[in-house]
Amino acid sequence: MNEQRKERIVKAFLWVTGLTSVFILLSIIVYIYVNGVGIISLEFLTSYPYRFEYGGIFPQIVGSLLLVAICLLFATPIGIGSGIYLAEYASDNILTKTIRFFVETLAGIPSIIIGLFGLAFFVHYLFGFSLLSGGLALGFMILPWTVRVSEEAIRAVPNSYREASLTLGATKWQTMWNVVLRSATPSIITGILLGLGKAIGETAIILLTAGSGLEAFLPISIFDAVGSLPVYIFMLATQGHTSAAFDRAFGASLVLVTMFLIINLGALLLRNYLVRRQR
Amino acid sequence: MLFSATSSILIVFFIIAFMLSEGWSAINLDFIFGLIWHPKTNEFGILPIIVSTVIVGVGAVFIALVIGIPCAIFLAEFAPNWVRNIIKPSVEMLVGVPSIVLGFFGLMLIVPFIRDNLGGRGECILAGWIILSIMTLPHVISISEDAIRAVPNSYREASLTLGATKWQTVRNITLPNAKSGILASLILGMGNAVGETMAVYMVIGNPNIPWIPTSILDSVRVLTSTIVMEYGYVAWGSQHQHALFAIGVVLFVLVAIINLMARYAIKRGMIER
Repeated sequence: MNEQRKERIVKAFLWVTGLTSVFILLSIIVYIYVNGVGIISLEFLTSYPYRFEYGGIFPQIVGSLLLVAICLLFATPIGIGSGIYLAEYASDNILTKTIRFFVETLAGIPSIIIGLFGLAFFVHYLFGFSLLSGGLALGFMILPWTVRVSEEAIRAVPNSYREASLTLGATKWQTMWNVVLRSATPSIITGILLGLGKAIGETAIILLTAGSGLEAFLPISIFDAVGSLPVYIFMLATQGHTSAAFDRAFGASLVLVTMFLIINLGALLLRNYLVRRQR
Repeated sequence: MLFSATSSILIVFFIIAFMLSEGWSAINLDFIFGLIWHPKTNEFGILPIIVSTVIVGVGAVFIALVIGIPCAIFLAEFAPNWVRNIIKPSVEMLVGVPSIVLGFFGLMLIVPFIRDNLGGRGECILAGWIILSIMTLPHVISISEDAIRAVPNSYREASLTLGATKWQTVRNITLPNAKSGILASLILGMGNAVGETMAVYMVIGNPNIPWIPTSILDSVRVLTSTIVMEYGYVAWGSQHQHALFAIGVVLFVLVAIINLMARYAIKRGMIER
C-alpha cells in the first residue's frame, strides 16, 4: 500500500472517530430532551411532589438553587482570598508550594469521599441532613476550582496596571482592590459560573449530606433537610420502577441539563460582554 | 489572605483525619484480601470489590483511548478550523454534564439493550464500561488535544519538508512528542473513572453479595457504589460503619496513587521538552 493511499484511509478513519465522539455525546442530551419534553408543564415545574409518581418538582428546583447558593457563599470568598494570596502577596516559597499541592490534592479527592466526610462531620456530629451540611460539603468540592480560577485571573492582569496605580501613590491594598481585582472580575465571574455548573449536577455529595431528595416541602431554615434535582432523579431511577416515575425522572433530568447549559452559556456570554465593556 | 489560602490545607487534613479516625479500625489484611462482604454476619472482605473497581476503570479508559485519541489527533491535526470550532467547545462543555443524567441515560437505554441482546441482567461490567468511557471521553480528548497542539510547529515543518506525508509526520514526530501528555490524560481519566459514583452505581447492578466477576455480563460492585448502597442503613458506631469508611480510605489511596502517577507523567513531559 503506498503512502498516499494510507494517508487517505487514516484521514477517513480519523474523521469518523471525531464525528462519532461528538455524535455520542450530543445524542445523550438529545435523548434526554426528546423523552423529557412530554412531561414539562407549568404545573410540573411549580407544584410539590407526591410519592414517586405524582406532582411536580418545585421544591427540588429551589433546593438545588439554595444548595449551590450556600456552596458559593462559602467557596467564593475563600477562593478569591487564596487566589489573591497566591498570585500577589506570596513569593514562590515552600508555603505557596504546599498550598498549591493541597489545592491540587483537594481537587483530586473523589466526590463520594467528600460526601462520606460530610456524612460523618456535618451530618452526624453537627447539623444532621440539612441545607447547610450539603452546601458546605459542595463548597469543599468547588473550592479548588475557585482558588485556581481566581489565581489565574489575577495573574493575567498586566503588570503595567499595577505599576501605574502604585506610581500614583496608591497603597498595595488600594491597588489590589481598585485596579487588579476590578480588571480580573470578568474572568473570576466566568470561572465561578463554570464551577456553579459543576456543583449543580453533583449528586453523591448531596445524597450523603442534604436529604433524601423526595422532600415535598421547602426548607424553612438552613438546618432543614432539602430536596434537590440530582438526588430526586437518582431516587426515581433506582427505586421508582414504574413508567410514570421514569417519565418524571426524564423531566427532572431535562430541567437539570437545561440549568447546566444555561449556566455555561451565561458564563460565556457574560465574559464576552464584560471584556467588550472594558475595552 | 493567608488564612483563606491555608484553608485548603486545613480541609484536606480534616477530611483525611475524619476518614482515618472512622475507618482505620476496620482496615486489616482480612479486610483487603477477604473474599466475602456480608454485613449481616459481620464479614467485611473487599477483594471482589477492589478487583471489580480496577476492571471497570481499566476497561472504560481503554475504550476512551480507542475512540478519544484518534479524535484528539483529528481535532489537533486534520480537522478544518470550522469543524474544530464546533467540536472542541461542545466536547469541553460535555465534560461537566451531570453524571446522574448519564447514569439515567445508561439505565434507560444501554442496560435494556444489553439485557435484550446479550443476556443477563443487563446491569453489568459492560454497561459500566460504556457509561464510564462516555464520561471519560471528553477529558481524554480535551487534554490529549492540548498535548498534541503543544508540540512545536517547527518539528512538523521539518518532517514535512523532508517529504514525509502528514500521517507519517503525525505518527513519527508529533505523537511521540506528545506521548507524556496523552499518557497523563489517560491516567487522569482512570482516576476519574475509579472515583466516579452515581453514573456507575446506576448501571452495574450492585449484587447483595459481591463476587469476583468471571464475565463482562456479571453484575458487580465497585468501591464507590458500595458506599452509596449501604450508607443509608448503617448503624452509627457499628463495625459496618467503620468498614464503609475504610472503603473510603482505600478509594482515597487508590485515587491518590493514580493522580501522583499522572503528575509524574506531566512533569516528565515538561522536562523532555
